[in-house]
Parts: sequence; structure tokens; C-alpha cells
Amino acid sequence: MSTQVESPAAGTSRPSWLSGPAGRTIGLVVALVLVAVVGVITGGERFASLDNVMTILRLASVTGVLAIGMTFVITAGGIDLSVGSLTGLASVWASTLATQTMAEDVHWTVMVLTALVVGTAAGVVNGLIIAYGKVVSFIATLAMMIAARGLAEMISGRQTQVVSVDGFLDFFRADVIGVPVLVWIFAVVAVAGWFLFNRTTFGRRTVAVGGNLEASRLAGIKVQRHLLYIYALSGLTAGIAGVMMLGRTTAGTSTNGLYYELEVIAAVVVGGTLLIGGRGTIVGTVIGVLIFAMLTNVFTINNLSISAQNVAKGAIIVVAVLLQQRFARRSAST
Amino acid sequence: MVDVDRDDAAPPEGSDAPAPLLRMEGIVKHFPGAKALDGVDLDVLPGEVHCLLGQNGAGKSTLIKVLAGAHQPTAGRIVLDGEEVVIPHPVAALQRGVATIYQELDVVDGLTVAENVFLGHELDRGGFTQRREVAARTRELLARLGHPEIAPHREVGQLSAAGKQVVSMARALSHDARVIVMDEPSAVLDAGEVRNLFRVVRALTEEGVAVVYISHRLEEIREIGDRITVLKNGRTVGRDLPAATTPTAELIRLMTGRNVEYAFPERPGVPDDAPVVLDVEGLGLGGTFDDVSFQVRAGEIVGLAGLVGAGRSEILETLYGARRRTAGSVAVNGRTLRAGSVDAAVAAGIGLCPEERKSQGLVLDEPVYRNVTLSTFARFARGGWLDERAERAAAREQVAALDLRPTDVDRAARTLSGGNQQKALLGRWLVHGCDVLLLDEPTRGVDVGARSELYSLVRRLADAGTAVVVVSSEIPEVLGLADHVLVVSEGRVVHRAPAQDIDEHGVLDLVMEGTTA
Ligand SMILES: Nc1ncnc2c1ncn2[C@@H]1O[C@H](COP(=O)(O)OP(=O)(O)OP(=O)(O)O)[C@@H](O)[C@H]1O
Ligand SMILES: [Mg+2]
Repeated sequence: MSTQVESPAAGTSRPSWLSGPAGRTIGLVVALVLVAVVGVITGGERFASLDNVMTILRLASVTGVLAIGMTFVITAGGIDLSVGSLTGLASVWASTLATQTMAEDVHWTVMVLTALVVGTAAGVVNGLIIAYGKVVSFIATLAMMIAARGLAEMISGRQTQVVSVDGFLDFFRADVIGVPVLVWIFAVVAVAGWFLFNRTTFGRRTVAVGGNLEASRLAGIKVQRHLLYIYALSGLTAGIAGVMMLGRTTAGTSTNGLYYELEVIAAVVVGGTLLIGGRGTIVGTVIGVLIFAMLTNVFTINNLSISAQNVAKGAIIVVAVLLQQRFARRSAST
Repeated sequence: MVDVDRDDAAPPEGSDAPAPLLRMEGIVKHFPGAKALDGVDLDVLPGEVHCLLGQNGAGKSTLIKVLAGAHQPTAGRIVLDGEEVVIPHPVAALQRGVATIYQELDVVDGLTVAENVFLGHELDRGGFTQRREVAARTRELLARLGHPEIAPHREVGQLSAAGKQVVSMARALSHDARVIVMDEPSAVLDAGEVRNLFRVVRALTEEGVAVVYISHRLEEIREIGDRITVLKNGRTVGRDLPAATTPTAELIRLMTGRNVEYAFPERPGVPDDAPVVLDVEGLGLGGTFDDVSFQVRAGEIVGLAGLVGAGRSEILETLYGARRRTAGSVAVNGRTLRAGSVDAAVAAGIGLCPEERKSQGLVLDEPVYRNVTLSTFARFARGGWLDERAERAAAREQVAALDLRPTDVDRAARTLSGGNQQKALLGRWLVHGCDVLLLDEPTRGVDVGARSELYSLVRRLADAGTAVVVVSSEIPEVLGLADHVLVVSEGRVVHRAPAQDIDEHGVLDLVMEGTTA
């Protein structure tokens, strides 16, 4: 036996920057590129065209907006299961006959405003229950998820409400410099989210509260109020997503946004935000969303059935979370 | 088991000296960006209490984590019973008879006492846990530790910090270890508990078990230790020193490389016309303490003495608003504070350095500077936009003022040694600037050199007009630092006196009377 006891970890340990935030982002970009390569190989022209890129981005935009809000929620140590239902509720509420009539009379933005107010208000309810009622976020938002879907069904009478306000349709179906408005909205939300997360006191509080709630409270941070804001923000993104759904599908139905919460949470976690809170990344979230959208696109181009797509996505989520847990364990044990 | 006569246990190189039970040679451990250990030697004889001394960050905890298999050494060898071993993971250490009580409590709050004690080596028969046997053996271990009152089926989360410490000690004992490593076990214990601990340690060493004992309290090392190894900056700088007779000045010089005077700062005396800053009137918290009244004037340090569990931390937390008071009032500079609101207290100029710095104080995965500015980042910000450059500068200033090491403010707080984490917390309130500073066990885990610096720092803060309240389990510390002492027992203030007028025995007598009354 040699006199040097070499650490078994030493051989496998990577340069420190690789396990840092930059390294993780690079890993994600590599994953994204891999999916793209698979797309080019299997889809050829049909995948690698400007049109298809726009399709992917449009696909990513609605869940993308939700994922930005979810990144704040998860980083703060919570979860919001209600965003999919709230997207549906907001889209239904904004497209009722009453709202559309008012929009025709006043201005089409009335519909937008309605959706944003509905989403934010529901988010505030979530926040109140969680921050002040001390109900765990999983339960509180699960209840909201069920209730909001029910409310959307009641309001719409399970009917599809077709949007006929021209100003609204013109705006959301337009392209600006060749890029769909929906994608622009996602971009704006993502950039605003990045600044909010990384450059403001709001973002700092979010990370601190998620990293150690008790320590944040004892340091004088108003943690309850902050949690309320976080869920309100998540509700707001659901309102925006509701409007975007209306613009994309031109119809408000109570099934809008069904199961979106799952895809959104998956994208956020795959992006590198820790499910236990305390660490999040907006850039990672955006890439995570793009990976999922691109996967869906590649599967669709290859005529994979929705069921098979779901199996594949499930497997990908498990692998991503396994990798992430290894990372979390490593940083906790040292 | 080898029988060792303590008196001739000294020179290991002597031919007739007992062979060391454990030898660690040239241990090196590098972390990304940090050399925690840079060639440490340690040899431990059977049946001895071997003390490890060193400043905060010297590498003590890292060394024992290497021994426990929690870290892999970058280089070096470990010889156990004359045989070179590799300890790839913690279970391997236990199998070889090395049990460790870590500095950070590592019990699982959601499990029962018995489940914690047998965590990882559950007694089972065909997959079914033997609950009755586990409970019986746990009860036995707890009795051996002098704590028969802790029920094996209690949930550990309900126990005090000291109770948790006992559980983690019981776990170490449950392994029939030949070497038991204790990393600052006394930090969460009060005087009575420390007596108990020493009884157990003596019983163990009589059976030939070797104990590696880490503590920053020199009195303890003098009392229980046989030999001392001193670490500094990841190297062994003193070895084979007799614990009872090596002069304190010599030990401190080895640890710090300087001549530091270990003394409490002068009390300049609080002028009679100094304004009352903190006024606590009839404060009560249902079931925990009641009718606590005291005033602290600008420039005054008030100490709360008493046993662990007497309610001192609760008093601090309640007047800070972290717990909602059920009676009485708290006023700062004449303005009464809203009950149960920390942010009102902070806005009024109170700061608290909490007892459990990991769970209550720090956001461990965040960098040091963000921990230092956790109460003030909004103040540095302009219109909600963070000014991280200013934050870093402020943090660096505190790092320099407090001699916090390492000085890189971008490291995660998790990677700081225990004492340096404490300094980061203190730095937080220094940046904030407080009229009232509440310190709960401020020197827990802080090394001897840094302690005297901390004492003079607190005194300087007081001299600058801050009202300070100190809680400490170390009675000499309260008596040496404070101007005025309140003795707390069972949730009541049983005595108050100027610090000069009372001594350690007086305090202990009062505490005991208080508990029998
Ligand atoms: N996981 C880690 N990553 C990077 N550096 C680390 C890590 N763990 C410890 N260190 C560094 O190694 C050095 C030794 O730390 P260690 O905890 O062993 O000190 P210690 O002697 O136990 O101090 P204390 O008396 O304060 O407990 C310190 O400089 C510390 O910052
Ligand atoms: Mg230590």
C-alpha cells in the first residue's frame, strides 16, 4: 500500500467552476444543443427552419412566463400548483361575453386587465393562506388548483368562448420584426424576472427566505409579507399566461392550461432551481423551458404519440432531478 | 483492552510506552480554494483524553471529519491499532470503532430519541425493528449519561439543544467505540451538564477507550485532559503537551502565534445620567417566564446568568419580538414596541445574535457578505436596486474589524468554521448599528484569542452608547463582561446585583435555590 491515501473523490472532482452556477448553465446549454442535434438529424429541414424555431418559441412562451413566476416561488421554498388552473380561469374570465362587450365598448386592453387582476387576486389569496394562515404551500395551492378550475367551468358553463375583439386578436397574433408578440412577451417577462431576481432587494429576500426562513425573520425581514408578494407575483404570471393563451388559441375554455403546473415545475427544476429553496436561476429556467418545448417539437415532428412523449418527458425529469440531488447532497455534506 | 496508567502515558517515542491506538500522519485536506489541513500529526493512546486546541478555522473539525470518514484526505495516513486504514465513509469509521459527536448537532428532529440513537444500525429481526429492545438499550445509555429523564420515545425535535447533545452522545456510545471524538461537546451544555459529561468521559477512559476532546474552554481541558495537540493554520504546532501543567500563555501563544492577554476589559462605569435605552416591564411569556423587569442604560452591559433551560434565551427572543409576549411591555428609547414583531424591534434599533447560529442566524448557502448584510441590504439599495459593491465593502470592513477568516466575503457561510460564523453574525449588527444589542451565547465555539477580542469589542460598543444584554452559560463570562447581572431561574429573575458584588458560587447557589423553591 502506498503511503499516500489518495482521496477517491479527488480523481472525480471537477474544476470548481464546473460545479458553480456557470458550470450548471453550460451543462444545460449542452443539453439544449443535444436536443437540437437530435432534432436536425431526425427532422432535417422540418426542424431546422426559421418557421419551426418560431413554433418552438411560441410553444415555450406561455409555460415560460409561468416558469419565471414559479422560479421565485420555488426559490422561496414553496410551490404553486395552481398556476395551470389560474391560467384557465384568467382566460375564461377575460373572454366572457360581459368582458368582451366591455372591451368592444372601451378598449381591448380591458380583457388583458381583467385577466391580470383575476390572476393576481387569486395569487394574493394563495399568499394570504400560506403566509398568514400558515398552511403549507403544497396544500393551499392544491386547493386553489381544484377550486379555480371549478370556477372556470362555472363561469364558462363548460362552453368555449371564442374571442371576437379585433383589437385584441390583432395585437396578440402579430409579429414584430419577424418574431411573434407572444415570444416578445416571454422575453420581456424573462428579462424583467432576471433583473428582479438578481438585482433587486425583492430577489435577495426571495433567496434569503428560501435559504433560511427563521434566520431571515430574525434578521428583520418581513417574511410573511414577502411570501404574500411571491404568490401574488406567481398569480400575475398566470394572468399574463391566460391572456397569451387567449391570443394563441383565440378561445377561452376552462381546460386552458390543464397540467401546465407540472410542465412548469419540471422545467424550473431541470433548469437548476433547488426544490428545497434557497437557490434559483432565471437563466436556467428559461433554458429548461426551451428544452421541454424543443423536445415536444422534436417528438411531434417525428410523429410520436402524446402518450409516448409523456413517458419520455417523465424519464427526463427523473434523470434531471437525480443529477440535481447529487449536487445538493454534495454541497450539503461539505 | 489495554490498561494504561495515566502517569506514564506521556512519551510516545519511549520504547516501553504503550503503542498509540490511533495515529494520523501528515494529513492534508484541500477544499476548492482552501487548504484546511496542511500536514497534521496526531497520536492518541488508549485510555487517554486527548485534547485538540486551535483557533477558529485551525482545522480541528476538518481533521476529525477525516477520521470519521466524512471527508477524504488529500494526503496522509491513518493508522489504527498498528494497521494502516482507509476510511472511505462514516459507516467504515464506526465499524472500526471510531465514533464521532459532531460540532453541529446531527440528530433528526422528526425521529424519536431511540430511533436517533440507533440510526443507521437499527436492531432488527427479519426486517422488523425491535422496538422494545431498542428502547431498553436507549434507556440504559441515557442513564449512563446521567439523563434517565429523557424518554426513548420522545421526539428529538422537542428536546433542548443540550438534550439533543445527550442524544448524539448516546448514539456514539451505542457503537462500543474504541475511540470517541467529541467536537466541542460542551458548547451547548451548562456547568451541571459538563460535570455529567466528564463523569461519562472518565468512565469511558477507565475502560481503555480513547477520547479526542475539542473545546475552546481551557478550564475544561485542564480538568479532563491528559495531553494536548495544538493546531494552527492546518498544521500541528504543539504536540504531547501535558494538559494539566502547560501554562495558558504558552498554549495561547502556540495557537495564535502571538502573545494575547486573556482578560476581560475594564468597566468604565455607567454614568448616573446615562439615558435608559431598553426598558422591559413585567414581561411574560405564558408558561415559560413571567414578570421580568429590567432597564439597560446607554453604555451598560447587563448579563443574564442561569442554567440552560432557565428561560434566558426565551426572554431575549420575546423582547426581540420573535415570540409574542403575553404580558408586560418593552420600550426602546421611550417608545413601546409592538408585540410579536421582529421587524418593529429591528426598526427600533434592537439586534439579536441568536443562540443557534446555523438554524436561526445564517443563510448557509449564501456568501458571507450577504449574511453580513442580511439586515441592511435594503439600506444599501437604491430604489430597490441592490448595491452589491457597497455591501461587499461593508462586509469587508467587518471582516477586517472582527478578524474573520478566511477574508474572502464571497465564500458560502457554510464553509466558515463555527467561531467565524459567530463573527459574521456579530458583523451583521455592527453594519446595522444598534441601540440595543442582544447577545445569546456570543462566544459559543469562539476560540480563546478571539474571545478576548470579542469582549473588548462588546465593551467598545457599550462605550459608544449601545445598551447590551448578554446571555451566557459560562458564568465567569457573564460576571467578567457585564456591569449588572440578573440571575434567572425557572423563568423568574431571582436576583440582581452589580457584577462586582457577586461571584460564581453566589450565582450557582441562587440558581439552585431558585430551582428548589
Ligand atoms: N467544505 C469546505 N469548503 C471550503 N473550506 C472549508 C470547508 N470546510 C472547512 N473549510 C475551511 O477549512 C478551515 C478549517 O475549518 P474547521 O471547521 O476544521 O475549523 P475548526 O478548527 O473546527 O474551527 P472552529 O473552532 O471554529 O470550529 C477553515 O478555514 C474553513 O473555512
Ligand atoms: Mg470546529
